[in-house]
Amino acid sequence: MKNKFLAGPYLVWMALFTIIPLVIVLYFALTDSVTGRFTLSNLAAMKDYLPIFLRSIWLAAISSIICLILGYPVAWCIAQTGPKVQRFLYMLVMLPMCISFLLRTLAWVAILEDTGMINSLLGRIGISPLPLIRTNGAVILGMVYNYLPYMIMPLYTVIIKIDPRLVEAAQDLGCDHAQVFGKVTLPLSVPGIVSGITMVFVPAVSTFYISQKLGSSGTTLIGDVIESQFKTAYNPNLGAAMSLVLMILIFICIGLMNRFTGDDDEVMTL
Amino acid sequence: MKKVLSALLLAVLIIPVLLAAAPKAAAETVTINVYNWGQYISDGTDGAIDVNKAFTEATGIHVNYMTYDSNETLYTKLKTGGSTYDVIIPSDYMIGRLISEGLLEKLDYSNIPNYQYIEEAYKNTAYDPTNEYSVPYTWGTVGVIYNKKYVDEADIGSWDLLWNEKYKGKILMFSNPRDAFAIAESRLGYSLNTQNEEEIRACAELLLEQKPLVQAYVMDQIYNAMEHEEAWVAPYYAGDYLQMLEVNEDLGFYFPEEGFNFFIDAACIPTSCTNKEAAEAYINFLCDPEIMAENLDYLGYSVPSEAAKEYMDEEAIANPVAYPDAETLARGEAFLSLDQQTNQLMDKLWLTVKTSGGANYLLYGGIAVVVIAVVLIVILVSRKKRLARRRSGYTR
Repeated sequence: MKNKFLAGPYLVWMALFTIIPLVIVLYFALTDSVTGRFTLSNLAAMKDYLPIFLRSIWLAAISSIICLILGYPVAWCIAQTGPKVQRFLYMLVMLPMCISFLLRTLAWVAILEDTGMINSLLGRIGISPLPLIRTNGAVILGMVYNYLPYMIMPLYTVIIKIDPRLVEAAQDLGCDHAQVFGKVTLPLSVPGIVSGITMVFVPAVSTFYISQKLGSSGTTLIGDVIESQFKTAYNPNLGAAMSLVLMILIFICIGLMNRFTGDDDEVMTL
Repeated sequence: MKKVLSALLLAVLIIPVLLAAAPKAAAETVTINVYNWGQYISDGTDGAIDVNKAFTEATGIHVNYMTYDSNETLYTKLKTGGSTYDVIIPSDYMIGRLISEGLLEKLDYSNIPNYQYIEEAYKNTAYDPTNEYSVPYTWGTVGVIYNKKYVDEADIGSWDLLWNEKYKGKILMFSNPRDAFAIAESRLGYSLNTQNEEEIRACAELLLEQKPLVQAYVMDQIYNAMEHEEAWVAPYYAGDYLQMLEVNEDLGFYFPEEGFNFFIDAACIPTSCTNKEAAEAYINFLCDPEIMAENLDYLGYSVPSEAAKEYMDEEAIANPVAYPDAETLARGEAFLSLDQQTNQLMDKLWLTVKTSGGANYLLYGGIAVVVIAVVLIVILVSRKKRLARRRSGYTR
């Protein structure tokens, strides 16, 4: 009873700033911009933006996978060190997040652009400028760079909890390193992988700043379109419909994640 | 000892609070919210006047200064409400639109005596024919800025430069629909105020054709890109070119032969205004010939007042970029406010232009979605199987 009471402030907060705004988004998405009547035309207009949705999903998915490939070994290595070193390394991973995300993205612009650091260096040794910026690669780089800590954190917290006795037991029973990893460590870190992927994928799929700064006029993402609907085109209804579709997509992601972790709880309890 | 220390600490903590509170108690401070274009007021850099600070010194009214990057951003802010602005400085066509939608307050010109210094040529305009809502701030033109180091002189002269394959990836373009469509309209020989759907669609086609050559659709970011030679060609406002020229001497400018946009930006008071008298005092201050002269000397935009010109740098007034001759100006055309239908069509087509391309993402994205789905299903199924196997193992 007491516990419920303590959760009160948060429930009020959530109702005010999460539930009510969501209802407003839903209302805008389902009404006409001029007459204010119920309509599905905003949602029907989504088909024009299908390529942009798919492009966003594609780039975000690739970024999540790259984050996983880069992040897993890092998280594993941190988990193997002593407690003091661990705290220090963990802080290092978090360190970039102390600087504004916008600034860090702008820094990449200064590094990658045609007159930027890399290309002016190359120019000095006589190589003509490489097309680094305004490519899909640059957008993925921006996403990976910005969201990598979100992958490492959950992986680390899961890996650190793996009982070393399980690893030892596997070794005693004759597993080599690859087998220990494949049969013990990896399966036990699945919850971390899933929540890491979700934590990278969700912000990456809805980002707008990264693609505006590092992408070309041909790499517009769904976040850019939503932003423009609210900022300049003044069509909040269409913008709300896009947000709604994106939100449903994200809910599906979270739902899947819960399924995985739910299954794993069962494994634990067995 | 401890007590002395804590008393000292307390004093240190309290004194700044008292100091901060003191002037407030003496006189109720008035603050107005001014919402203007980015880089559109002399702000004290390079020893130039800081207009807002000078205003506060002269009147005691504080200025909360904010900026936007296009008329459309301003419009959205006003339309969605929730924010109050006391003074805004939109362009002609947007003033017309705001008046027609009842978003502007009528001005009390007796509070703006400096209005007398504004030239007749900038009064009785199409957007505010009865002079009730606006006080001109500057006027100017749109032309093409290019970098002389990289752009061949033979290629300049018309809007065609923005469609020239040679400069692929080095061309910038306006990110607001009205300015972008105006360029296509000029190039196709249409009026900048056409409301003919077919003509507007033809313009969208032309802009779509240009898209592969465009490095980015930008507004204020143009300064950085042109000054550092990241881009070589860009259409923009003449006054801003003069500011860029001070950083990079290789930049050139010309008025395209097909025609271009001529605009007036004017100060207005939106209906959300909370302190109209202070807002009018601010507008009056902007029109003060000396202030206007100093402000526009810095900005590079053109002055709508002969009285102010007397205080200005002679070189600046003689500059044909800011003050083109009558023959050139005759090619300019002012924007008028368009009807809602045309505005919506333009917004929609502009979004299509900006988001088009990447049809192959239907393929890539589709593959990604299918692969993710398959992987998830496989993992889920195998997990279920393993669980089932384990359960049966335990029960045995």
